[in-house]
Amino acid sequence: MASVPEATPPTSTHSNRLVRWLDERFGWEQLVAPLRHKTVPVHKLSYWYFLGGMTLFLFMIQVLTGILLLLYYRPSANEAFESVQYIMTQVQFGWLVRSIHSWSANLMIFTAFAHMFSVLFLRAYTKPRELTWLTGMVLLFLALGFGFSGYLLPWNTLAFFATKVGTEITGQVPLIGKPLLIFLRGGEEVTGATLTRFFGFHVALLPGITTLLIATHILLIQRLGMSVPPGQEAAWKALPPNKREMPFFPNFFAHELMAWYVALGVLGALAALYPWELGSKADPFVAAPAGIRPEWYFMFMFQTLKLIPAKVGPVDGELLGIMGFGLAGLVWVLLPFLGGDRYGRRQVFIRGLGVFALAYIVCMTAYGYMAVPK
Amino acid sequence: MTKADAMRREITTETHRGTLSLEPLCLYVSVVALACLLLPACLFAQAQPQIAKSSCVECHSAFPEPTGVTEAQWAADIHAQKGLTCASCHGGDPSEPSPEGAMSKKAGFRGKPKRNEIPAMCAKCHADGAYMRQYNPSLRTDQFAQYQTSVHGKRLAHGDTKVAVCIDCHSVHGIRPSREPRSTVNPLNVANTCSRCHSDAAYMKDYKIKTDQFAGYSASVHHEAMVVRGDLSAPTCTTCHGNHGAAPPGVASVENVCSTCHVFQAQLFDISPHKAAFAAMGTGSCITCHSNHRIVHPTDAMVGTGNEAVCTNCHATADPGFVAAGQIHDDLSKLDESLKRSDEVLDKAERSGMEVSQARIDEAQGRDSLIKARVTVHSFQPGKVEQDTQAGMKIADKTYKAGLQALAERDYRRKGLGLTLITIVAVLIGLWMYIRQIESRNQSGGS
Repeated sequence: MASVPEATPPTSTHSNRLVRWLDERFGWEQLVAPLRHKTVPVHKLSYWYFLGGMTLFLFMIQVLTGILLLLYYRPSANEAFESVQYIMTQVQFGWLVRSIHSWSANLMIFTAFAHMFSVLFLRAYTKPRELTWLTGMVLLFLALGFGFSGYLLPWNTLAFFATKVGTEITGQVPLIGKPLLIFLRGGEEVTGATLTRFFGFHVALLPGITTLLIATHILLIQRLGMSVPPGQEAAWKALPPNKREMPFFPNFFAHELMAWYVALGVLGALAALYPWELGSKADPFVAAPAGIRPEWYFMFMFQTLKLIPAKVGPVDGELLGIMGFGLAGLVWVLLPFLGGDRYGRRQVFIRGLGVFALAYIVCMTAYGYMAVPK
Repeated sequence: MTKADAMRREITTETHRGTLSLEPLCLYVSVVALACLLLPACLFAQAQPQIAKSSCVECHSAFPEPTGVTEAQWAADIHAQKGLTCASCHGGDPSEPSPEGAMSKKAGFRGKPKRNEIPAMCAKCHADGAYMRQYNPSLRTDQFAQYQTSVHGKRLAHGDTKVAVCIDCHSVHGIRPSREPRSTVNPLNVANTCSRCHSDAAYMKDYKIKTDQFAGYSASVHHEAMVVRGDLSAPTCTTCHGNHGAAPPGVASVENVCSTCHVFQAQLFDISPHKAAFAAMGTGSCITCHSNHRIVHPTDAMVGTGNEAVCTNCHATADPGFVAAGQIHDDLSKLDESLKRSDEVLDKAERSGMEVSQARIDEAQGRDSLIKARVTVHSFQPGKVEQDTQAGMKIADKTYKAGLQALAERDYRRKGLGLTLITIVAVLIGLWMYIRQIESRNQSGGS
């Protein structure tokens, strides 16, 4: 009987025993080689590159703290509030976990918005990075979905009525509004069924899709490399010796790590000095308290809808507002396809549009907070 | 021709002359403008109850008080809204256009009723259960019977026409149901209505009774509940004195009046040593300490041996009542202070962002104990009061400790934060040094 020849194990010369062990079995060096060769351009706007990594770091914090919260959280109208109260008062470091989860969620949405605008203003969304922009935009919408679904989970008064208002607005969407409202609420009204549903979205559906999209987003970045701002790119083309780069690993990663540590410090300080409030348990049978408002990242839309008159000509004002935001969102997602060439004339218009959108979001959010009675 | 008739003829003639002198175009424009103006009014009028046209109101609306009755006034009257007419009380024929016809003896015109006839006249309908049922089955029909038992009714029967009759309280020709806020007998307005006579020193001079009741009531806790807090179930004059059978409750029955609302206080008072003592003194029960009209918000200082205490009005130093009063006051004060202390520490913890909602719920129970103890004061037995205050003290101590624990936890967190930040800064410094090292290595490698 002929004997089967044994596969010759690859030999590794790495000095670290663990790496050598991995290398001999999985070809570790081969796997991490792209990382060793990956470089990050160095210029005066390099610090904007940290925002994406920062958002990823905050997402990882979300996953970690979310898993810890799952150990005690109970997703039912009768127990949700009490379980969060228990986490905040009885569970060892429960207050810290919940406060970090809530603060990092807000910081994550902030850094995601900042990352999106930085990509827009540095023209990093143009060809060949259209798909990176698309996946990024979907990730931003998913982050907003995380915020909206997570807001209801403590089942407190403010969250209950804000969800009621939020889902009502969804119900105004033409054609699919009503079925969408029923789907989101699990019925006509915001009830325990809505809470269970939102919990499912928050801990299963959204994280699953988000993880896949983050992987795609990172893969695209890895494949296409870091974008260089147009001005810098032109300067380096003219004088190639001036081009400066740093290795992604360990140089850029060490810088990024510093940024993550700073973020961790900020999170810890916010959690210790301003623990996330719990409020009072939601009671569907009492009137909505004054000053009901959504989370800050929905405020600009909420305030706009409040300012639009009930009827604009023959059209329902709220419907008009929702259609407007829907259209603006669609245009925003399709910007790489509408903007044309990276150095084209349309880019000036898009930059203006970006400045206007940023100013609008900031001003309307501030106005919303000033206008809402406390 | 009467004066009213002459006035009406004058108005009609002037209108007629004016109409004739108008140009057709002006007329057309005026009619259209008037139609535009009146259309909303007509639409509005359709929603209002139909009020029968009355020649009485047509003339009397031009008269000054007291014979004047405007159309708006009459339209607001519940009787007009239910389809009654002027003739229902005054006789005559409101459908007759001429004053002579409308107010003819043949049509049964009775004119203005005398004051002493008014209660009986109103009672013709209001004491008739079968008649009243068709308008309002739940309305009582014993007002006249009660009125006859009242001080007002009795004095009226003896020929004193200055006393209140139906129209003095309910108004006349614009009588609104008591549930309407503008009604003179709505709970919010009763005290004002009574005070129109009872606060008028000149008017009340002959009756030799005080006229400070309204001033006293206006400063009372009952008035505050009614007017400031808008609690229409709070007591007003008629709650204690009765409405149609209005009379002072009398010293012996004051407790019965107060106990209709303050049930527990009355039950405790009944078993207290004060029950017999106050009866022997003939001072009345509740009012001995709380007064009658000027019933101010009770405080813990009312009990005890201090300057504001009412106990010292009767009890002298060292007598058993004096000692008991001091003991009750001390128990109440201790619990109140303990709750305030707990409140302060929980406030501080809450401002620091600490979660103390369970302690807040417990604290509310402690406050309930204080309220219970304040009610138990009416037993005037220090042991019973102490029982309630002790229960509250236990809760107050527990919530105070919970507050302190929350503050300790806050400090622990801050210390933890400090240590964490130091560690993070140390790591950052290490990373920074590492970055410098690898960058210099890269540079030297490159060169």
